[in-house]
Amino acid sequence: MSTTSTTRRTKQLAATAVAAALGVTALAGCGSSDGSASGSGGTKGSGSKTVTLVSHDSFNASKDVLKAFTEETGYTVKVLKSGDAGAALNQEILTKGSPRGDVFFGVDNTLLSRALDNGLFTPYEAKGSDRVAADTQLDATKHRVTPIDTGDICINYDKKYFADRKLAPPTTFDDLAKPAYRNLLVTENAATSSPGLGFLLGTVATYGESGYQDYWKKLKSNGVKVVDGWEQAYNEEFSGSAGGKKAKADRPLVVSYASSPPAEVLYAKPQPTEAPTGVATGTCFRQIEFAGLLNGARNEAGGKALLDFLISKKFQEDMPLNMFVSPVTKDAKLPEIFTEFGATVDKPTTVAPDTIAKNREQWVQSWSSLVVK
Amino acid sequence: MAVPVAFFAVFFAYPVVAIVGRGLKADGVWQFGRIGEVLSRPDILDVLWFTTWQALASTALTLLIALPGAYVFARFDFPGKQLLRAVVTVPFVLPTVVVGTAFLALLGRGGFLDELAGVRLDTTVWAILLAHVFFNYAVVVRTVGGLWSQLDPRQEEAARVLGAGRFAAWRRVTLPALAPAVAAAALMVFLFTFTSFGVVQILGGPAYSTLEVEIYRQTAQLLDLPTAAVLTMVQFAAVGTVLAVHAWTVRRREAALRLVDPAQTARRPRGAGQRALLGGVLLTVLVLILLPLGVLVERSLDVPGGHGLDYYRALRSVDASGGTFLVAPLEAIWNSLQYALVATAIALVVGGLAAAALTRRAGRLVRGFDALLMLPLGVSAVTVGFGFLITLDKPPLDLRTSWILVPLAQALVGVPFVVRTMLPVLRSVDGRLREAATVLGASPLRAWREVDLPLVRRALLVAAGFAFAVSLGEFGATVFIARPDNPTLPVAVARLLGRSGELNYGQAMALSTVLMLVCAVSLLLLERIRPDRSGEF
Repeated sequence: MSTTSTTRRTKQLAATAVAAALGVTALAGCGSSDGSASGSGGTKGSGSKTVTLVSHDSFNASKDVLKAFTEETGYTVKVLKSGDAGAALNQEILTKGSPRGDVFFGVDNTLLSRALDNGLFTPYEAKGSDRVAADTQLDATKHRVTPIDTGDICINYDKKYFADRKLAPPTTFDDLAKPAYRNLLVTENAATSSPGLGFLLGTVATYGESGYQDYWKKLKSNGVKVVDGWEQAYNEEFSGSAGGKKAKADRPLVVSYASSPPAEVLYAKPQPTEAPTGVATGTCFRQIEFAGLLNGARNEAGGKALLDFLISKKFQEDMPLNMFVSPVTKDAKLPEIFTEFGATVDKPTTVAPDTIAKNREQWVQSWSSLVVK
Repeated sequence: MAVPVAFFAVFFAYPVVAIVGRGLKADGVWQFGRIGEVLSRPDILDVLWFTTWQALASTALTLLIALPGAYVFARFDFPGKQLLRAVVTVPFVLPTVVVGTAFLALLGRGGFLDELAGVRLDTTVWAILLAHVFFNYAVVVRTVGGLWSQLDPRQEEAARVLGAGRFAAWRRVTLPALAPAVAAAALMVFLFTFTSFGVVQILGGPAYSTLEVEIYRQTAQLLDLPTAAVLTMVQFAAVGTVLAVHAWTVRRREAALRLVDPAQTARRPRGAGQRALLGGVLLTVLVLILLPLGVLVERSLDVPGGHGLDYYRALRSVDASGGTFLVAPLEAIWNSLQYALVATAIALVVGGLAAAALTRRAGRLVRGFDALLMLPLGVSAVTVGFGFLITLDKPPLDLRTSWILVPLAQALVGVPFVVRTMLPVLRSVDGRLREAATVLGASPLRAWREVDLPLVRRALLVAAGFAFAVSLGEFGATVFIARPDNPTLPVAVARLLGRSGELNYGQAMALSTVLMLVCAVSLLLLERIRPDRSGEF
């Protein structure tokens, strides 16, 4: 039959395919904006003008602020993100001694002991540390880590639901176990989700090692629902969120963050005059996030400059709208959207990092067997 | 053979062995006692049992539902067939967190089933099984259907003429020819569902846990490498057993077949029976695949006060996402396509060479390698990702922060697809054709081009489509690979969903829809790469 035309076509096709593949590879090589196609981490030698920040997926900073850092110091920041907070930290521990970057951002108080025990960080007292709130400085004597931001894990409630029923929203952990709030709360799996763990730690701080299990038994008989992660709890089960409304969600109480209501205002078009959700301020657990200079950093000078910058007024004020967290320095002002729609949490619960490190797994296990199984 | 072996050794075997080794070695001494310790824990045994039976059940259900689909796509012509073939592959690329959303809307409270019959399946095992069918339908339709469409229907007709009944003819003629492809599809579906992660978490709830979830927790969250190492070995053992069973069943089954051009074998359905079959398959696709996808599309258009494209418009700008990204979310399309093209190229080269080598040679060693190539499908992404971290950290292979690591990791998953779809077809090429060509003076390369290539082109395209889709939707491995801030589509969707606020949710749905479109259009373009009808072989 017409084999000749087939052959010619096949040739063309093969040639095109090869050319395309090569072309794409080349393009992809150029496509990575920072020229990291050379393969290495980009920090070569101490005189390097690149400083590499390793972090978790939630890290964000605006372009302008990163540009300002480059103008001030001459260093360009390269950001590497790898997984959630736990996964990112554990990758640093695994590569201890030959780190992928210079500074690690995003170890929080629930993981701090693990990082310090593994000797991840080189001590460095960042310039301007005196402006940082004292209650966030959990390594004040050695300065292996610098506090950067705080956030509160709290119950959020759907304002409309409670207003329609003329029912007061809950404000404390005790309230959540009351019959008035039966079958209204959805929380996350403490074994896999960071807000889920924070809420569990909050109950441990409130009721103590002896009492938290009884409290969870009460919550369970009061119909608490546990789903796997924050996304599912908030977007699918919580009636106060956009996703929840579309999914006909029927749980007006969810474990989320104190900064969620301002986000609900900011990310709505048109912006409402009042946040659709509120915060039960008596149910909060305080998270503090730290950054530190990695042991074996190839660009130590750049790393130090970056740490100084992370607690500068400029960065601290840029942070809230990028990561929905609060600044740790006294001179940084919160954006209006936070002061107007956010909640002030006067007395968040906390648990000491080493206590968490020692008992975390056991607490999570007994929680799982009580609530999930 | 050298290329695939080297690729496999450097990017899979070495990292995985290293991370498992680190877990089992304490102070330079192997701690094999750990294995017994972990395996005697009842909770671990429960997880293992659940993982295995849900994977078997999912595989059986997928075959049951998808095999009629494979037949219909192979043998019937109907309007929109190509489009539909591309659409059934779309689930493959969706991040599980989005699929969870779609399935909850179908099976959950106030969902489709709830409204219709008052049934809620969320947090039941049924939701998990159905979602697995949703994900893997295309695997069966494409691998089995690809071969089925090239089987010569006249062979079955000849058997009928010789007095065999319709079923007997099918059982004696078509089924043996199809068996390798069915076994290959079943194997892949099993491996996928055995290592299922997101689906089980989201649809089953925290009460259900698979081995994959446990390994992720032990590795990424708790850094309990010894336990993770033992679990990884358990995973290996289970996957190895399945691979051995698979190898044993398909041995001696693969014979030279008479392959013909797929265009000749498909016709319009005739008679009530065939029409009913076609209708049944189309209905299945509609309910199981199009409805969940439709939910996402609907939500992406559902803006306050009606329907519109507001969320899509928001994707174009950086500001609307309020600092979630340094670049507009839409740029993620370009990132994803780049990675997918590179990953597909790598997978085709490595997988193609491997398949060719496996066709030419037989023997125990080769069969062993064939099974080894399947392993990446059955090993947890976090194991491979963390393995990369501790092995690829020295020049010349300091790739820990390089972009190339992403397509390499994705190609690891793509290669098994390429091998599995190419092999049944390559093995069925009659060797005498090649010999005839050589006798007539063709060089080996020319013989391959003139004889094999036209026959395997269809399989090659199917394989490329899979490799592409795998890369487009891959999320597990890419999350662990630190890279400069250029998110792929699934990563961007996950980021948007990880924030409060209606705009973020809407954009996540819109971007998921964009991801579906990118996938469907790419696959359609692939289908279009067709020579004009070559004649009889």
